[in-house]
Amino acid sequence: MATSKHEAHWNDTKGLMRITLALWFFFSIVIFMFGYQLNSVKVPLLGFPLSYYMCAQGSLAAFVILIFWSSGKQQEIDIRHGVSDAERTED
Amino acid sequence: MFKGKFVDNLPKIYGLYTGGFLLFFLAMMVAESNGVSAKMIGIMFLTFTIAIYALIGVLSRTMNVSEYYVSGREVPTVFNGMATAADWMSGASFVAMAGGIYYGGYTYMAFLVGWTGGYVLVSTLLAPYLRKFGCYTVPDFIGTRYGGNFARFCAVLVLVLASFTYVTAQINATGTIASRALGVPFGTGVWVGLISILLCSMLGGMRAVTWTQVAQYIVLIIAYLLPIFWISWRGDFGIFPHFALGSEVARIVELEAQYGLTKNTAAAMKAAGVPGGLAYISVPHATAPAGAMAAWKFISLAICMMVGTASLPHILMRYFTTPNVTSARRSVAWSLFFIFLLYFSAPMLATLSKIMLIDPNQPTSIIGKPIDQVMAIEWVKNWISVKQAFIADFNKDGILQLNEWFMRGDVVVLATPEVAGLPYVVSGLVAAGGMAAAMSTADGLILAMANALSHDVYYKMVDPKADVRKRLLVARLLLIVIGVAAAYIASMRLTSILGAVAWAFDFAMSGLFFPLVLGVWWKRATREGAIAGMLAGLISGTWYLIYVGPKFMNQTPWLGIDHLRFGIIGATVCLVAMVVVSLATKEPDAATQKMVDDLRIPSGKQVISHSR
Repeated sequence: MATSKHEAHWNDTKGLMRITLALWFFFSIVIFMFGYQLNSVKVPLLGFPLSYYMCAQGSLAAFVILIFWSSGKQQEIDIRHGVSDAERTED
Repeated sequence: MFKGKFVDNLPKIYGLYTGGFLLFFLAMMVAESNGVSAKMIGIMFLTFTIAIYALIGVLSRTMNVSEYYVSGREVPTVFNGMATAADWMSGASFVAMAGGIYYGGYTYMAFLVGWTGGYVLVSTLLAPYLRKFGCYTVPDFIGTRYGGNFARFCAVLVLVLASFTYVTAQINATGTIASRALGVPFGTGVWVGLISILLCSMLGGMRAVTWTQVAQYIVLIIAYLLPIFWISWRGDFGIFPHFALGSEVARIVELEAQYGLTKNTAAAMKAAGVPGGLAYISVPHATAPAGAMAAWKFISLAICMMVGTASLPHILMRYFTTPNVTSARRSVAWSLFFIFLLYFSAPMLATLSKIMLIDPNQPTSIIGKPIDQVMAIEWVKNWISVKQAFIADFNKDGILQLNEWFMRGDVVVLATPEVAGLPYVVSGLVAAGGMAAAMSTADGLILAMANALSHDVYYKMVDPKADVRKRLLVARLLLIVIGVAAAYIASMRLTSILGAVAWAFDFAMSGLFFPLVLGVWWKRATREGAIAGMLAGLISGTWYLIYVGPKFMNQTPWLGIDHLRFGIIGATVCLVAMVVVSLATKEPDAATQKMVDDLRIPSGKQVISHSR
């Protein structure tokens, strides 16, 4: 049965999941809802139109950073609740 | 020189391998300048790389079930990332994507967003939990979480349908590349491709596929990035093209306005004799179309590709091979990083290719030049002679206009090095990269299907008492049968590459996404709910594909949801059916609820244990 320790861990995990998916939703969907409007903005220094830049590089890079960040956060949650398995090498 | 365990020596082994491959490339450059023919160099590149993959495949042979199905669960995080990236990036990513961007512009780039964003879903919702579960295959999770052979069978059905749609396109690509580089007919090329694929996977299963995929990733990423940097340096476009091409994109927009993007009528193209499958520039390069419908088409395609990514079994099963849950999660991040290296380069290749062809200030440009002069250029002659390029002088002025130059999309990756005046050795490298991309994906897909059929159907349903020898023998036989069937269908050339690839994502998301995600995140999900979801999603999705598919009933799509996006319908129906039926049936028993509790916690034993 789920102990209270495990329940607390799962609540934190769910919280992180919501934040991660909200950021994912922003970079994959919200930006491109306004693709036409945002494309008149120029990316500083690089000079690409903004929407073009986001689907060519920007959102892609955001996803990479997002997954690294969120997997780091999840590991912190696991360690804080004493359920991390990062040291285990085999079953 | 190599002490200790095999996995501890991986950085050294693959470091040597990469060095060896670069030396081979230099040797080929020397050979070319000493007069070795272009054809010979192409053959050398292909045979050398395939021989190495086959060698790795044979060295990784195994008779251990855990090694055969999940590579002994000892693949280090970063290497699993590379293997997943190779598994993921198909012949379409390598050969067709830059061409798609070249002709489709901003609208096409929804694929880039979709094929990367999906990994956020994989890492957040699925991969770590499936790793904790300890299954060998994706249907193994469905079958154990929901219980019962029928749920397992439904999952196998979706898996085979999605993967088979996908794999024919990959074998098609290996056939195209092999036939071009070796100078054999397409049909022979397909069988050469298939034998190479089976050599990598048959003896060692997942273990062999893992180590060949890492080797294939190294070849394909070098083959993709090296020409882009070389072209950019040679044409003086900037040291790092990814950050330097802003002015080129602006210049293309300016040129488009100056030339005007004329649409040719179908009748005019037919009268001029343009070969089928060739395209011309008619869509703006970097301009986003206005209107809610255009935005929805972009977003809906991205959603299908993202959700499909998170449901494709050959990707999910790569995360079963890591040592623990934390490394499975971390490995998703590395996978996406390695994929990102290629995907953020594709738009740059398309931009470089386009500016070189259409900007009259470039020495390589052809648009605006007299047609007889263009026809005399070496690369133009070559590609026209194999019907991959075409010139139609619609207005009979003897000058090449933007809408009079036709080219197949794939040619962008294959011919741009020639356009820039790079030596032929680069084209050999690109062929080896395309082959690596198509082979690695085909290997992953065929293995996913053969493993599901041998583990879930044969071992779990037909003969649960089968011993290890027999199970592995059946797995290998199925591998051959599926490979041959896929090659046979591929040799008939039924679908264009892109159509088939997008459909695989839609099938997978229609049938598998919600049963997998809710299996982890919703304890109340029941067996009946999952079965109803899988079947209703698959049937409604397939029905809708037939309803709107241009080669089938060809009806008007609802809300712009065309045949590339039918997963939107399938997945929605799947979700509704699964929730309604789950709530209407009795909640899962205590043992199942405990199983779900267990898989949410990284530490502790994996949920299912396998007999060895």
